[in-house]
Amino acid sequence: MNPVRKKRLFIILGILAGVGVAVGLALSALQQNINLFYTPTQIAAGEAPQDTRIRAGGMVKEGSVSRSADSLDVQFVVTDFAKDVTIRYRGILPDLFREGQGIVALGRLNEEGVLVADEVLAKHDEKYMPPEVTKALKDSGKLPDGAAGKMGAAQ
Amino acid sequence: MIPELGHLAMILALCLAAVQASLPLIGAWRGDRQWMGLARPAAWGQFAFLLFSFLCLTQAFLVDDFSVAYVAKNSNSALPWFYKFSAVWGAHEGSLLLWALILGGWTFAVSVFSRQLPEVMLARVLSVMGMISVGFLLFLIVTSNPFARLLPQSPANGRDLNPLLQDFGLIVHPPMLYMGYVGFSVAFAFAIAALLGGRLDAAWARWSRPWTIVAWAFLGVGIVLGSWWAYYELGWGGWWFWDPVENASLMPWLVGTALLHSLAVTEKRGVFKSWTVLLAIAAFSLSLLGTFLVRSGVLTSVHAFAADPERGTFILIFLLFVVGSSLTLFALRAPVVKSSVGFGLWSRETLLLANNLVLVVACAMVLLGTLYPLVLDALTGAKLSVGPPYFNALFLPLMAILMLALGVGVLVRWKDTPLKWLRGMLLPVLVVSGALGLLGAWLFGDFHWAVLATCLLAAWVVLAGVRDLLDKTRHKGLLKGIAGLSRSYWGMQIAHLGIAVCALGVVLSSQYALERDLRMAPGESVEVGGYQFVFDGAKHHQGPNYTSDRATVHVLQDGREIAVLHPEKRVYQVRAMPMTEAGIDPGFTRDLYVALGEPLEDGAWAVRLHVKPFVRWIWLGGLLMGFGGFLAALDRRYRVKVTTKAREALGLTGVQA
Repeated sequence: MNPVRKKRLFIILGILAGVGVAVGLALSALQQNINLFYTPTQIAAGEAPQDTRIRAGGMVKEGSVSRSADSLDVQFVVTDFAKDVTIRYRGILPDLFREGQGIVALGRLNEEGVLVADEVLAKHDEKYMPPEVTKALKDSGKLPDGAAGKMGAAQ
Repeated sequence: MIPELGHLAMILALCLAAVQASLPLIGAWRGDRQWMGLARPAAWGQFAFLLFSFLCLTQAFLVDDFSVAYVAKNSNSALPWFYKFSAVWGAHEGSLLLWALILGGWTFAVSVFSRQLPEVMLARVLSVMGMISVGFLLFLIVTSNPFARLLPQSPANGRDLNPLLQDFGLIVHPPMLYMGYVGFSVAFAFAIAALLGGRLDAAWARWSRPWTIVAWAFLGVGIVLGSWWAYYELGWGGWWFWDPVENASLMPWLVGTALLHSLAVTEKRGVFKSWTVLLAIAAFSLSLLGTFLVRSGVLTSVHAFAADPERGTFILIFLLFVVGSSLTLFALRAPVVKSSVGFGLWSRETLLLANNLVLVVACAMVLLGTLYPLVLDALTGAKLSVGPPYFNALFLPLMAILMLALGVGVLVRWKDTPLKWLRGMLLPVLVVSGALGLLGAWLFGDFHWAVLATCLLAAWVVLAGVRDLLDKTRHKGLLKGIAGLSRSYWGMQIAHLGIAVCALGVVLSSQYALERDLRMAPGESVEVGGYQFVFDGAKHHQGPNYTSDRATVHVLQDGREIAVLHPEKRVYQVRAMPMTEAGIDPGFTRDLYVALGEPLEDGAWAVRLHVKPFVRWIWLGGLLMGFGGFLAALDRRYRVKVTTKAREALGLTGVQA
C-alpha cells in the first residue's frame, strides 16, 4: 500500500472508531435517561419498577389535593377512573395544576406505591390533555366523550 | 372585503411562485435568456402580493374583525394594540403567512443583491426558492387559510391571544427565528443551483457565504430571544429545557455553524465541496423538520401549535420530497464536482473538518434524543421521554472538544503549518489559560471540575484569539494593524468570544445557582446567597385585560436595600388562564429572580427565590455570536470581489484595471 493510501486508511479508520464510540456512548446515555410512562392501572398492577425515574399521569381527582400547613409539601391522587395513584411532591405546582385537570408527574415509586415526584407538568392550556393521559384513559375505557376532539382543538 | 383581498393576494402570490419555480429553470436549461429573465420580476411580484396579504391580516387584527376565524381565535378587543399586531403570528396560520412572507423577502433580497451573479445561476437559485415557496403557499392556502371567515355567526369578541404570548419576547422571537429558518433556504437554493449546473467552485461558496452567515446569525439571535423569553415568562427560572421544540431550532443552528465553517474552506481552498453541499441540504432539511415537529402535533410542548393530522401529513410529504429530491440530485451530480487539492494534518482544513465533525455529531445526538420517543411511540406504542441528563451528558463534552479545537483552529494556517511554530504559539496560551482556569475555580470557591474546565477552555479560546490578533498585527504594530483587519476577521473573533462567554454563563449559572421554593407570610424574610428577601405580601391589581396579585419583595444586601421586586400572579380574563410574571433584578454578574407560586392561607404565598450568577452571559454570548455573524456578512470583499469574479466568470472583463 502506498503511504498516501495508508494515511487515508488510518484517517478513515480513526473517524469510524470515533463515530462508533460516539454512537455507543449516545445509546447507553439514552438507555439510562429514558423515562417510561405508566398509567395508574399499570402502577396498581405492579408493572412499574421501583426506584427508577418514571412518568405517571392521569386526571387529578376532585378533592384529593392536600397541602401541609407549614411547608410546600403537597399530596394528590391521579386517576384513570379505573385505578388511582397517590403522588407526593414538594415545591411549587405549575399554574395550570388544578383538580380535574390532566397532568404528568416524573418521579420514583416508593414501597407503599406512592410516587414521589420531583417534577409535575401541566400544560399551558386549560383544555389541553397530555397524550399520555389520553392514552391512560383510553386504556381504562374511561375517556370522557369529546376529550379526543378537545385534544385536537387545543392550541 | 379586505380579508378576501388578502386571500386573493395569497393565491396570486402562489401563481407567481409557480411561474418563478418553473420557467426560469427551463430557460436556464435551454439557454433562453428571456425565460431566465422572468425569475426576477416574478420574485418581486410574489413578495409584493405576500406583503399585501400580510398587511390585510394585520389590518383585520388591528380593527378587531372577529368575522375572520383566525382573528376571533387569537385576539380580543381588550388586547393592547402592539399585542394585536404580534398576535398576527401568534398561532399557526398567521405565523405560516409570516414564514411565507419572509421567504418572499429573502427571495426578493437575493434578486436585488445578486445582480453580479451569472444569469443562469440566478435563474436557478430563484427557481429553487420558488419551488419552496410553492410548497409553503400551497400548505398555507390548502390547509391553513388565515382569512377563513366565521359567517354569518361571527362572535362579538375574540377568544384572546394566549397570555403566554402577550409579551415583548414574542413580538420579536418568531420573526427572528423564521429569518434564520427561512434564510437557510437561500444556502439550500445556492447548493441545488450549483448541483444543477455542475459547477461547485470557489465562486459558488463565496456567493452563498454571506447569505448563510446572515441566516445563521438571525437563527442564533432568535434562539437566544426564545431562551430569554422562557426564562422570564414561564416562571421556572430555567433558560433551556431540551424541549423537542427548542431542539428543533438548535439542530439547524448546529448544522448551520458547521456549514459556514465548511463554506470558508470551500471558498478559500476549494475542498470539501460535496460535504458543504450536503450540509446546506441538511441545514434546510432540519429547518423543515423543525416546522414539521412544531406544527404537526406529533410533539407535546409548550410551543407546539394545534394538532392537526392533515397539516402534519402535508409537511411530512413536503419534507420527504425536498430531502429525497435534493439527495437524489446530490447522488447524481456530486462526483462531477470532486476536488483534488490536498492538505496537511496540521492545517486549518483539518481543524475545520474537526469542527464540522463535532458539530454534526452533536446535532445527530440531539436529533436522536428528539426523535427516539416519537419513533418508538410509532413502532411500539410505548410512551417515554428522554430526559435532560442525556443531552447534557453528550452535548457538553462535545462542546468542550469543540472549544479545544477552536483554539488551535484560529492559529493554524491553510494547507500546512510547521508543528514547531504552532507549538510556540500555543504553549503560552496553554500555560496562561491553565493558570486562569485554576484562578477562576479558586475565585468561585466551592470547587467543581466543570467550572475549572470551563474557565480553562474559555481562557483558551479567548487567548488563542488574542494570540492570533497579535500575530496578525506583528508587522504593522498593534494599533495600526488592528485598523487594517477585515470585518469578517472581527466577526470571527467576536463570535468566538461569544462562545467563551456563553460557556461561562451556562456552567457558572447552573453550578452556582441558588434556588429556594418556600412558603412566605407577609413580613417574613429569608436569606439566600447573602441576599435578604423580605416578603411584603401581595396586593390586588387590575391590568388592561387581566387581574393580578402583585407582591412586593424587598431585597437587602448587608442591611441596605438593593432592589424592590414585583412578582405577579395574573389571571387573564378571557381565557381564565393564570400566568406567572417573575420579578427579576438583572445584573451583569447575577440575577435575582422571584416568582409567585400559589396563594396559601393567611396571605402567605408559595414563593420561588433564585440567585443566578452570570445567567445573562448565556444570552450575551449568543448575541455576540449573532453580532459577529452580521459583521462578517458586511465584509467588503463580498461586494467588491464578487463583482470582479463574476465578471471574470462571464468573460466580461478583458483587462483588469
